[in-house]
Amino acid sequence: MNRSLLIPLSVIAFAVSVTTRGDTDAEVQARKDALDVAAAFSNDGFKIRDGHWCGVVKPHDHSLVAVNLYAGNEYWFTAGATAPAKKIAVSVYDETGKHVTTESYDNGEKAAAGFAPSSSGQYFVSVDLVEGEASSFCLVYSYK
Amino acid sequence: MIRLATLGTIILTGGIFVALGAETGRIPADQLEKAARSDSISIPTPGELFAALEKPGKTNWAGQYRGPMPMTYRDRAQIAFNLGGLIADGFIAVEAKDGQQVKNIGSDIIKLAKALGVSEKLLSRGNSINDFAENNEWDTLQEELEATQNEVKSSMQSHADQDLVILVTLGGWIRGTQVVTSSIMQNYDESSAKVLRQPALVHFMQSKIDEVSPELRKDPLVKDVSNELTKIEKLVSFPAGKAPTAEEVRKVNEVVSKIMDEIESKEAPK
Repeated sequence: MNRSLLIPLSVIAFAVSVTTRGDTDAEVQARKDALDVAAAFSNDGFKIRDGHWCGVVKPHDHSLVAVNLYAGNEYWFTAGATAPAKKIAVSVYDETGKHVTTESYDNGEKAAAGFAPSSSGQYFVSVDLVEGEASSFCLVYSYK
Repeated sequence: MIRLATLGTIILTGGIFVALGAETGRIPADQLEKAARSDSISIPTPGELFAALEKPGKTNWAGQYRGPMPMTYRDRAQIAFNLGGLIADGFIAVEAKDGQQVKNIGSDIIKLAKALGVSEKLLSRGNSINDFAENNEWDTLQEELEATQNEVKSSMQSHADQDLVILVTLGGWIRGTQVVTSSIMQNYDESSAKVLRQPALVHFMQSKIDEVSPELRKDPLVKDVSNELTKIEKLVSFPAGKAPTAEEVRKVNEVVSKIMDEIESKEAPK
Protein backbone atom coordinates (compact mmCIF):
# COMPACT_ATOMS: atom_id res chain seq x y z
CA MET A 1 0.00 0.00 0.00
CA ASN A 2 1.16 3.49 -0.79
CA ARG A 3 2.72 5.02 2.34
CA SER A 4 1.07 8.37 1.70
CA LEU A 5 -2.29 6.64 2.01
CA LEU A 6 -1.34 4.80 5.17
CA ILE A 7 -1.09 7.86 7.38
CA PRO A 8 -4.62 9.12 6.76
CA LEU A 9 -5.86 5.52 7.02
CA SER A 10 -4.21 5.11 10.40
CA VAL A 11 -5.81 8.34 11.55
CA ILE A 12 -9.22 7.06 10.44
CA ALA A 13 -8.58 3.71 12.11
CA PHE A 14 -7.62 5.42 15.38
CA ALA A 15 -10.63 7.71 15.16
CA VAL A 16 -12.93 4.75 14.54
CA SER A 17 -11.42 2.74 17.37
CA VAL A 18 -12.04 5.59 19.80
CA THR A 19 -15.77 5.44 19.22
CA THR A 20 -15.79 1.92 20.61
CA ARG A 21 -14.22 2.90 23.93
CA GLY A 22 -17.00 4.92 25.39
CA ASP A 23 -15.45 8.38 25.03
CA THR A 24 -17.82 11.30 24.71
CA ASP A 25 -18.51 12.95 21.35
CA ALA A 26 -16.42 15.94 22.42
CA GLU A 27 -13.52 13.67 23.32
CA VAL A 28 -13.80 11.87 19.98
CA GLN A 29 -13.64 15.22 18.19
CA ALA A 30 -10.71 16.36 20.35
CA ARG A 31 -8.88 13.17 19.55
CA LYS A 32 -9.47 13.58 15.83
CA ASP A 33 -8.02 17.08 16.07
CA ALA A 34 -4.99 15.82 17.98
CA LEU A 35 -4.46 13.04 15.45
CA ASP A 36 -4.66 15.52 12.57
CA VAL A 37 -1.65 17.33 13.99
CA ALA A 38 0.15 14.12 14.98
CA ALA A 39 -0.28 12.81 11.42
CA ALA A 40 2.03 15.59 10.23
CA PHE A 41 4.79 14.24 12.48
CA SER A 42 4.31 10.82 10.91
CA ASN A 43 5.69 12.25 7.69
CA ASP A 44 8.95 12.65 9.55
CA GLY A 45 9.01 9.05 10.75
CA PHE A 46 7.17 9.46 14.05
CA LYS A 47 4.88 6.57 14.98
CA ILE A 48 1.61 7.45 16.68
CA ARG A 49 0.86 5.39 19.80
CA ASP A 50 -2.49 3.63 19.67
CA GLY A 51 -3.32 5.02 23.08
CA HIS A 52 -4.79 8.29 24.22
CA TRP A 53 -5.73 10.22 27.30
CA CYS A 54 -8.87 12.33 27.40
CA GLY A 55 -10.20 14.63 30.09
CA VAL A 56 -11.32 18.15 30.84
CA VAL A 57 -9.06 21.21 30.81
CA LYS A 58 -10.01 23.88 33.31
CA PRO A 59 -8.74 27.41 33.89
CA HIS A 60 -5.76 27.65 36.27
CA ASP A 61 -5.40 23.88 36.47
CA HIS A 62 -2.80 21.46 35.09
CA SER A 63 -4.26 18.31 33.52
CA LEU A 64 -1.33 15.97 34.15
CA VAL A 65 -0.55 12.49 32.88
CA ALA A 66 2.53 10.38 33.68
CA VAL A 67 4.46 8.85 30.80
CA ASN A 68 7.59 6.72 30.76
CA LEU A 69 10.09 7.65 28.08
CA TYR A 70 13.37 6.32 26.75
CA ALA A 71 16.58 8.29 26.25
CA GLY A 72 17.49 8.09 22.57
CA ASN A 73 13.92 8.44 21.30
CA GLU A 74 12.25 11.65 20.18
CA TYR A 75 8.68 12.39 21.21
CA TRP A 76 5.80 14.68 20.26
CA PHE A 77 2.83 15.07 22.62
CA THR A 78 -0.18 16.44 20.80
CA ALA A 79 -3.47 17.62 22.26
CA GLY A 80 -6.74 18.80 20.77
CA ALA A 81 -9.59 20.46 22.66
CA THR A 82 -13.12 21.44 21.76
CA ALA A 83 -15.07 24.68 22.23
CA PRO A 84 -15.41 26.59 24.48
CA ALA A 85 -11.62 26.19 24.86
CA LYS A 86 -9.93 28.73 22.57
CA LYS A 87 -6.29 28.11 23.25
CA ILE A 88 -4.44 25.28 24.97
CA ALA A 89 -0.78 24.52 25.66
CA VAL A 90 1.15 21.30 26.12
CA SER A 91 4.17 21.26 28.47
CA VAL A 92 6.50 18.55 29.73
CA TYR A 93 7.98 18.19 33.23
CA ASP A 94 10.62 15.76 34.44
CA GLU A 95 10.19 13.33 37.33
CA THR A 96 11.01 16.03 39.87
CA GLY A 97 8.38 18.36 38.42
CA LYS A 98 10.92 20.65 36.71
CA HIS A 99 9.80 22.13 33.40
CA VAL A 100 11.53 20.61 30.37
CA THR A 101 12.41 22.80 27.39
CA THR A 102 10.52 21.59 24.34
CA GLU A 103 9.78 22.60 20.80
CA SER A 104 6.21 23.80 20.72
CA TYR A 105 3.37 23.94 18.25
CA ASP A 106 0.42 26.14 19.01
CA ASN A 107 -2.69 26.58 16.92
CA GLY A 108 -5.49 27.68 19.21
CA GLU A 109 -7.29 24.59 20.47
CA LYS A 110 -4.53 22.33 19.11
CA ALA A 111 -1.06 22.25 20.63
CA ALA A 112 1.98 20.00 20.79
CA ALA A 113 5.33 19.74 22.55
CA GLY A 114 8.31 17.81 21.23
CA PHE A 115 11.60 16.82 22.82
CA ALA A 116 14.27 14.15 23.02
CA PRO A 117 14.88 13.06 26.65
CA SER A 118 18.51 12.67 27.67
CA SER A 119 17.50 10.48 30.60
CA SER A 120 15.06 7.55 30.56
CA GLY A 121 12.30 7.50 33.15
CA GLN A 122 9.09 9.13 34.17
CA TYR A 123 7.94 12.47 32.77
CA PHE A 124 4.70 14.38 33.15
CA VAL A 125 2.76 15.93 30.30
CA SER A 126 0.53 18.85 31.19
CA VAL A 127 -2.36 20.13 29.09
CA ASP A 128 -3.34 23.65 30.12
CA LEU A 129 -6.15 25.96 29.17
CA VAL A 130 -4.63 29.27 28.08
CA GLU A 131 -7.79 30.97 26.83
CA GLY A 132 -11.50 30.08 26.90
CA GLU A 133 -13.64 27.99 29.18
CA ALA A 134 -13.36 24.45 30.56
CA SER A 135 -13.77 21.81 27.84
CA SER A 136 -12.87 18.30 26.74
CA PHE A 137 -9.41 17.53 25.43
CA CYS A 138 -7.53 14.50 24.19
CA LEU A 139 -3.79 13.82 24.15
CA VAL A 140 -1.91 11.40 21.89
CA TYR A 141 1.80 10.90 21.47
CA SER A 142 4.25 9.94 18.79
CA TYR A 143 7.81 8.66 18.96
CA LYS A 144 10.72 7.72 16.75
CA MET B 1 16.89 16.71 17.39
CA ILE B 2 13.39 16.97 16.10
CA ARG B 3 13.63 18.19 12.56
CA LEU B 4 12.19 21.46 11.39
CA ALA B 5 10.88 19.60 8.33
CA THR B 6 8.18 18.17 10.57
CA LEU B 7 7.11 21.60 11.66
CA GLY B 8 7.22 22.77 8.06
CA THR B 9 4.81 19.99 7.21
CA ILE B 10 2.42 21.25 9.87
CA ILE B 11 2.52 24.73 8.40
CA LEU B 12 1.75 23.29 4.98
CA THR B 13 -1.15 21.28 6.37
CA GLY B 14 -2.78 24.40 7.72
CA GLY B 15 -1.38 24.83 11.19
CA ILE B 16 0.44 27.80 12.58
CA PHE B 17 3.83 27.27 14.13
CA VAL B 18 4.71 29.51 16.98
CA ALA B 19 7.96 29.04 18.86
CA LEU B 20 6.56 29.59 22.32
CA GLY B 21 8.75 30.83 25.07
CA ALA B 22 9.06 27.89 27.44
CA GLU B 23 6.69 28.14 30.37
CA THR B 24 8.99 27.98 33.33
CA GLY B 25 8.22 26.68 36.75
CA ARG B 26 7.92 23.53 38.71
CA ILE B 27 5.00 21.31 39.58
CA PRO B 28 4.90 20.34 43.25
CA ALA B 29 5.26 16.70 44.26
CA ASP B 30 1.69 16.40 45.56
CA GLN B 31 0.33 17.37 42.12
CA LEU B 32 2.69 14.94 40.37
CA GLU B 33 1.42 12.22 42.67
CA LYS B 34 -2.13 12.88 41.50
CA ALA B 35 -1.23 12.77 37.79
CA ALA B 36 -3.28 10.36 35.70
CA ARG B 37 -1.66 7.04 34.90
CA SER B 38 -3.05 4.51 32.47
CA ASP B 39 -2.00 1.33 30.74
CA SER B 40 -2.57 2.82 27.30
CA ILE B 41 -0.40 5.91 27.64
CA SER B 42 1.82 5.56 30.72
CA ILE B 43 3.31 2.19 29.73
CA PRO B 44 5.49 2.27 26.62
CA THR B 45 5.15 -0.42 23.97
CA PRO B 46 7.97 -2.86 23.22
CA GLY B 47 8.29 -0.96 19.92
CA GLU B 48 9.24 2.22 21.77
CA LEU B 49 11.85 0.37 23.81
CA PHE B 50 13.34 -1.27 20.72
CA ALA B 51 13.37 2.04 18.82
CA ALA B 52 15.53 3.55 21.58
CA LEU B 53 17.83 0.51 21.69
CA GLU B 54 18.46 0.67 17.99
CA LYS B 55 19.62 4.30 17.91
CA PRO B 56 23.30 3.95 18.86
CA GLY B 57 24.06 1.10 16.46
CA LYS B 58 22.90 -1.92 14.57
CA THR B 59 21.12 -4.51 16.68
CA ASN B 60 21.09 -8.21 15.81
CA TRP B 61 17.32 -8.63 16.12
CA ALA B 62 17.21 -12.09 14.55
CA GLY B 63 19.70 -13.21 17.21
CA GLN B 64 17.01 -12.48 19.82
CA TYR B 65 14.44 -14.95 18.45
CA ARG B 66 13.36 -17.78 20.74
CA GLY B 67 12.03 -21.19 19.86
CA PRO B 68 8.32 -21.93 19.40
CA MET B 69 6.35 -22.09 22.63
CA PRO B 70 3.65 -24.56 23.55
CA MET B 71 0.12 -23.41 22.85
CA THR B 72 -1.38 -25.72 25.44
CA TYR B 73 -1.20 -23.67 28.61
CA ARG B 74 -4.19 -24.07 30.91
CA ASP B 75 -3.52 -21.37 33.47
CA ARG B 76 -5.16 -18.14 32.28
CA ALA B 77 -2.57 -15.96 33.97
CA GLN B 78 0.19 -17.87 32.21
CA ILE B 79 -1.56 -17.50 28.86
CA ALA B 80 -1.89 -13.73 29.43
CA PHE B 81 1.80 -13.34 30.31
CA ASN B 82 2.81 -15.38 27.26
CA LEU B 83 0.49 -13.41 25.01
CA GLY B 84 2.28 -10.21 26.03
CA GLY B 85 5.64 -11.88 25.45
CA LEU B 86 4.57 -13.03 21.99
CA ILE B 87 3.49 -9.52 21.06
CA ALA B 88 6.96 -8.31 22.05
CA ASP B 89 8.37 -11.08 19.82
CA GLY B 90 6.26 -9.67 17.01
CA PHE B 91 7.92 -6.27 17.46
CA ILE B 92 11.34 -8.01 17.37
CA ALA B 93 10.46 -9.72 14.08
CA VAL B 94 9.31 -6.37 12.67
CA GLU B 95 12.62 -4.78 13.70
CA ALA B 96 14.39 -7.70 11.98
CA LYS B 97 12.17 -7.09 8.92
CA ASP B 98 11.46 -10.83 8.85
CA GLY B 99 8.08 -11.35 7.19
CA GLN B 100 7.87 -15.10 7.79
CA GLN B 101 8.68 -14.73 11.47
CA VAL B 102 6.05 -11.98 11.81
CA LYS B 103 3.46 -14.28 10.22
CA ASN B 104 4.38 -17.19 12.51
CA ILE B 105 4.17 -15.02 15.60
CA GLY B 106 0.93 -13.41 14.40
CA SER B 107 -0.59 -16.86 14.08
CA ASP B 108 0.56 -17.82 17.61
CA ILE B 109 -0.84 -14.58 19.03
CA ILE B 110 -4.25 -15.40 17.60
CA LYS B 111 -4.09 -18.96 18.98
CA LEU B 112 -3.25 -17.80 22.49
CA ALA B 113 -5.80 -14.99 22.35
CA LYS B 114 -8.48 -17.48 21.35
CA ALA B 115 -7.50 -19.69 24.26
CA LEU B 116 -8.47 -16.78 26.48
CA GLY B 117 -11.75 -16.45 24.62
CA VAL B 118 -11.09 -12.95 23.33
CA SER B 119 -12.98 -11.40 20.45
CA GLU B 120 -13.34 -13.13 17.09
CA LYS B 121 -12.49 -9.75 15.58
CA LEU B 122 -8.87 -10.64 16.27
CA LEU B 123 -8.96 -13.09 13.39
CA SER B 124 -9.08 -10.18 10.97
CA ARG B 125 -6.10 -8.64 12.77
CA GLY B 126 -4.23 -11.89 12.05
CA ASN B 127 -5.06 -11.55 8.37
CA SER B 128 -3.91 -7.93 8.34
CA ILE B 129 -0.62 -8.91 9.99
CA ASN B 130 -0.08 -11.51 7.26
CA ASP B 131 -0.89 -9.04 4.49
CA PHE B 132 1.38 -6.33 5.84
CA ALA B 133 4.19 -8.85 6.40
CA GLU B 134 3.74 -10.09 2.82
CA ASN B 135 4.11 -6.53 1.55
CA ASN B 136 7.00 -5.55 3.85
CA GLU B 137 4.93 -2.76 5.42
CA TRP B 138 7.07 -2.60 8.55
CA ASP B 139 5.81 0.68 10.03
CA THR B 140 2.22 -0.39 9.51
CA LEU B 141 2.97 -3.78 11.04
CA GLN B 142 4.22 -2.11 14.17
CA GLU B 143 0.98 -0.11 14.41
CA GLU B 144 -1.01 -3.28 13.75
CA LEU B 145 0.78 -5.15 16.55
CA GLU B 146 0.04 -2.38 19.00
CA ALA B 147 -3.57 -2.25 17.81
CA THR B 148 -3.79 -6.05 18.22
CA GLN B 149 -2.47 -5.79 21.75
CA ASN B 150 -4.99 -3.06 22.55
CA GLU B 151 -7.82 -5.07 21.02
CA VAL B 152 -6.88 -8.10 23.12
CA LYS B 153 -6.93 -5.90 26.24
CA SER B 154 -10.17 -4.20 25.26
CA SER B 155 -11.78 -7.59 24.65
CA MET B 156 -10.56 -8.78 28.05
CA GLN B 157 -12.12 -5.75 29.69
CA SER B 158 -15.48 -6.40 28.06
CA HIS B 159 -15.30 -10.08 29.13
CA ALA B 160 -14.73 -9.18 32.78
CA ASP B 161 -11.11 -10.29 32.45
CA GLN B 162 -9.85 -6.84 33.38
CA ASP B 163 -7.27 -8.31 35.74
CA LEU B 164 -5.53 -10.15 32.92
CA VAL B 165 -4.82 -6.91 31.04
CA ILE B 166 -1.88 -5.93 33.23
CA LEU B 167 -0.46 -9.44 32.86
CA VAL B 168 -0.38 -9.05 29.06
CA THR B 169 1.36 -5.68 29.44
CA LEU B 170 3.79 -7.11 31.96
CA GLY B 171 4.56 -10.15 29.80
CA GLY B 172 5.48 -7.80 26.95
CA TRP B 173 7.64 -5.60 29.15
CA ILE B 174 9.50 -8.57 30.68
CA ARG B 175 10.21 -10.12 27.28
CA GLY B 176 11.22 -6.71 25.87
CA THR B 177 13.58 -6.10 28.78
CA GLN B 178 15.07 -9.57 28.40
CA VAL B 179 15.82 -8.87 24.74
CA VAL B 180 17.22 -5.41 25.39
CA THR B 181 19.48 -6.50 28.26
CA SER B 182 20.66 -9.49 26.28
CA SER B 183 21.48 -7.29 23.30
CA ILE B 184 23.33 -4.74 25.47
CA MET B 185 25.31 -7.53 27.11
CA GLN B 186 26.47 -8.72 23.70
CA ASN B 187 27.70 -5.27 22.75
CA TYR B 188 27.79 -2.94 25.76
CA ASP B 189 27.17 0.68 24.98
CA GLU B 190 26.34 3.39 27.54
CA SER B 191 23.73 5.09 25.37
CA SER B 192 21.82 1.85 24.86
CA ALA B 193 22.11 0.90 28.53
CA LYS B 194 20.38 4.16 29.53
CA VAL B 195 17.03 2.79 28.31
CA LEU B 196 16.94 0.46 31.32
CA ARG B 197 16.29 3.23 33.85
CA GLN B 198 12.55 2.79 34.48
CA PRO B 199 11.83 2.61 38.24
CA ALA B 200 8.51 4.48 38.03
CA LEU B 201 7.29 2.21 35.25
CA VAL B 202 8.08 -0.95 37.23
CA HIS B 203 6.51 0.61 40.32
CA PHE B 204 3.33 1.40 38.36
CA MET B 205 3.08 -2.16 37.02
CA GLN B 206 3.64 -3.51 40.51
CA SER B 207 0.81 -1.30 41.82
CA LYS B 208 -1.49 -2.62 39.07
CA ILE B 209 -0.63 -6.21 40.07
CA ASP B 210 -1.50 -5.32 43.64
CA GLU B 211 -4.96 -4.28 42.44
CA VAL B 212 -5.92 -7.61 40.81
CA SER B 213 -8.42 -9.90 42.48
CA PRO B 214 -7.28 -11.89 45.54
CA GLU B 215 -7.82 -15.14 43.55
CA LEU B 216 -5.49 -14.06 40.77
CA ARG B 217 -2.96 -12.71 43.25
CA LYS B 218 -2.81 -16.20 44.73
CA ASP B 219 -1.86 -17.69 41.34
CA PRO B 220 1.69 -19.01 41.92
CA LEU B 221 3.01 -17.49 38.71
CA VAL B 222 1.50 -14.08 39.45
CA LYS B 223 2.90 -14.26 42.97
CA ASP B 224 6.39 -15.12 41.70
CA VAL B 225 6.36 -12.39 39.05
CA SER B 226 5.16 -9.86 41.60
CA ASN B 227 7.98 -10.79 43.99
CA GLU B 228 10.57 -10.50 41.24
CA LEU B 229 9.21 -7.10 40.20
CA THR B 230 10.16 -5.71 43.59
CA LYS B 231 13.74 -6.81 42.92
CA ILE B 232 13.66 -5.43 39.38
CA GLU B 233 12.46 -2.02 40.58
CA LYS B 234 15.62 -1.71 42.67
CA LEU B 235 17.80 -2.98 39.83
CA VAL B 236 16.52 -0.36 37.36
CA SER B 237 16.68 2.59 39.77
CA PHE B 238 19.83 4.23 38.44
CA PRO B 239 20.43 7.95 39.04
CA ALA B 240 19.01 10.15 36.27
CA GLY B 241 21.44 10.51 33.38
CA LYS B 242 23.73 7.72 34.59
CA ALA B 243 24.11 4.65 32.42
CA PRO B 244 24.12 1.28 34.19
CA THR B 245 27.36 -0.67 34.03
CA ALA B 246 27.66 -3.93 32.08
CA GLU B 247 27.42 -5.79 35.38
CA GLU B 248 24.22 -3.97 36.33
CA VAL B 249 22.73 -4.82 32.94
CA ARG B 250 23.67 -8.47 33.50
CA LYS B 251 21.87 -8.50 36.83
CA VAL B 252 18.66 -7.17 35.28
CA ASN B 253 18.95 -9.74 32.51
CA GLU B 254 19.39 -12.53 35.04
CA VAL B 255 16.19 -11.67 36.88
CA VAL B 256 13.99 -11.08 33.82
CA SER B 257 15.31 -14.27 32.17
CA LYS B 258 14.43 -16.24 35.29
CA ILE B 259 10.87 -14.88 35.13
CA MET B 260 10.63 -15.57 31.39
CA ASP B 261 11.68 -19.19 31.98
CA GLU B 262 8.90 -19.54 34.51
CA ILE B 263 6.34 -17.85 32.25
CA GLU B 264 7.29 -20.08 29.30
CA SER B 265 7.49 -23.26 31.34
CA LYS B 266 5.02 -25.94 30.26
CA GLU B 267 4.15 -26.61 33.86
CA ALA B 268 2.79 -23.62 35.68
CA PRO B 269 4.45 -23.22 39.10
CA LYS B 270 2.63 -24.94 41.93
